[in-house]
Amino acid sequence: MQDAATTISAREAPGHSPGRAASRLRSIWRNIFPFIVVGVLWEIVAVSGIFPARLFPTIETVAGTFFALTANGILPHHAIETLIRLLSGFALAGVFGVTIGILMGRSRLAEDIFLPLVSICAPIPGLAYTPLFLLWFGLGSFSSILLVGFVSAFPIIFNSWTGVKAVKEIWVRSAHSMGADDRRMFTHVILPGALPYILTGLRLGLAQAWRVLVAVEMLAAVPWGLGWLIFGARKFLNTDAMLAGIVVIALIGLLLEKLVFQKIENYTVVRWGMVAA
Amino acid sequence: MVPIAIDNVTLEYDTPAGKVTGVKDVSFDIGASEFVCIVGPSGCGKSTLLNVIAGFLAPAAGEIRIDGKTVTGHGMDRGVVFQDFAQLFPWRTALGNVSFGLEMKGIAKAERDRIAREQLRLVKLEKFVDSFPHHLSGGMQQRVAIARALAYNPSVLLMDEPFAALDAMTRDDMQLLLADVWRATRKTVIYVTHNVAEAIYLADRVIVMSAHPGTVQADIRIDLPRPRDPLSVEFVECQKQLMRHLGHKVSGNGAGH
Ligand SMILES: Nc1ncnc2c1ncn2[C@@H]1O[C@H](COP(=O)(O)OP(=O)(O)OP(=O)(O)O)[C@@H](O)[C@H]1O
Ligand SMILES: [Mg+2]
Repeated sequence: MQDAATTISAREAPGHSPGRAASRLRSIWRNIFPFIVVGVLWEIVAVSGIFPARLFPTIETVAGTFFALTANGILPHHAIETLIRLLSGFALAGVFGVTIGILMGRSRLAEDIFLPLVSICAPIPGLAYTPLFLLWFGLGSFSSILLVGFVSAFPIIFNSWTGVKAVKEIWVRSAHSMGADDRRMFTHVILPGALPYILTGLRLGLAQAWRVLVAVEMLAAVPWGLGWLIFGARKFLNTDAMLAGIVVIALIGLLLEKLVFQKIENYTVVRWGMVAA
Repeated sequence: MVPIAIDNVTLEYDTPAGKVTGVKDVSFDIGASEFVCIVGPSGCGKSTLLNVIAGFLAPAAGEIRIDGKTVTGHGMDRGVVFQDFAQLFPWRTALGNVSFGLEMKGIAKAERDRIAREQLRLVKLEKFVDSFPHHLSGGMQQRVAIARALAYNPSVLLMDEPFAALDAMTRDDMQLLLADVWRATRKTVIYVTHNVAEAIYLADRVIVMSAHPGTVQADIRIDLPRPRDPLSVEFVECQKQLMRHLGHKVSGNGAGH
């Protein structure tokens, strides 16, 4: 779902040419066309009766459940709990990930200490750490947030580190010759110079955070959360509720991508020509 | 504005394959407000020498003195313009780039904007103060780089083939501009180039370096009156003389190496 959201946004180019309205319509059409195709196929399968209707509900049923659960406040409650955990964990990962990554890029010592650790821990699937975190920190939100933070920090660390390494020596030399001290070298040169990579790291980190959070919400026995909703619905064969949960995840992902990441990017690295629009 | 003494400077690069000599036993003096060009074959160590003078590389032997003080690192007394267009900060507008040095000096915003605008006007970019570097052509970016190096008013300007990647016409304009700027500011300038005509157009003195490992091979004073006319007989004569030093075959009188 995250991936679908990313693809949509990457394709959509802002139109500035004379035929602007027309080209905008075309690009909207291009974006929704695949969904229409999948939707039609879905309906065909659902109506054909290959699967029992309970297991493969029609789109109308899912939409009905979605609106009913939204209206009675259950879906928003689940979504908000998940969002709070997601953003808390992700904020932890962002702060520590960027700090550690930049330290590794700037100091040989930090690189020697962290690189082996990070290289070994990063490829291990987030879920594999889950039992450990639950035993150490107990069931509940707190462990989920810590785990999300821990797991999603890795792509952020790696990319921030690479970003600092990719800061051009010529910028550093120019800034030195113009009298930049260490602190301002960091804030005025290293940070903006590494920003394209840092943003990529944050994006990957967020995707990672989603993956582990949805699964861990069930294992951590939290009373509310989209992960809990999706896994819990299985017991009662509530496929429509599961699908409604998945739709919410997709919508939140799309909103974060469009309203946060793309806004930040357009205002910074795209405007600066460091990343193509 | 200040004299520079280059005293027996040798620099070696440490590479996995062993030590590589960048420059070897280079000595020459530069007078205050003098415009010195360094020419020499590719790989002879021109950029290396410039980086040593800028304080980015520490010499293995010898020393550089600027206004009597030994150079131990980079400093705000030297402005540097590199060959690479990428030297500008992409995240700052032309104005932001030019203000950088002033900002580091702690000058108030209104004042640094005023100075930066004035510098950009000098390089004829007053219309582009708010443009980001990626919206400027290569020649415009190099002009911003020059304005940036001049803005915080260093007494020495070090330039490493700043116009080498430009087309011939833009390059002529840039040389004219640089000659004007130098006349107005009277900074001490060290200017690296491959281009013999450029050296003669700009320089009071031309230092010719020999091929790797680079040493000073000749030190030629250019006494032509300014502004110089590249088509004049004296200019062309100067050019032939310099090319002979560089080991080129010079057509016309057949005198070569
Ligand atoms: N970073 C480096 N590491 C190792 N050796 C280097 C490095 N930079 C330059 N050298 C060596 O030092 C010598 C001088 O290089 P330098 O870049 O100063 O030459 P140059 O005169 O500026 O050449 P060009 O005109 O092509 O720019 C070269 O032979 C090169 O092999
Ligand atoms: Mg060079």
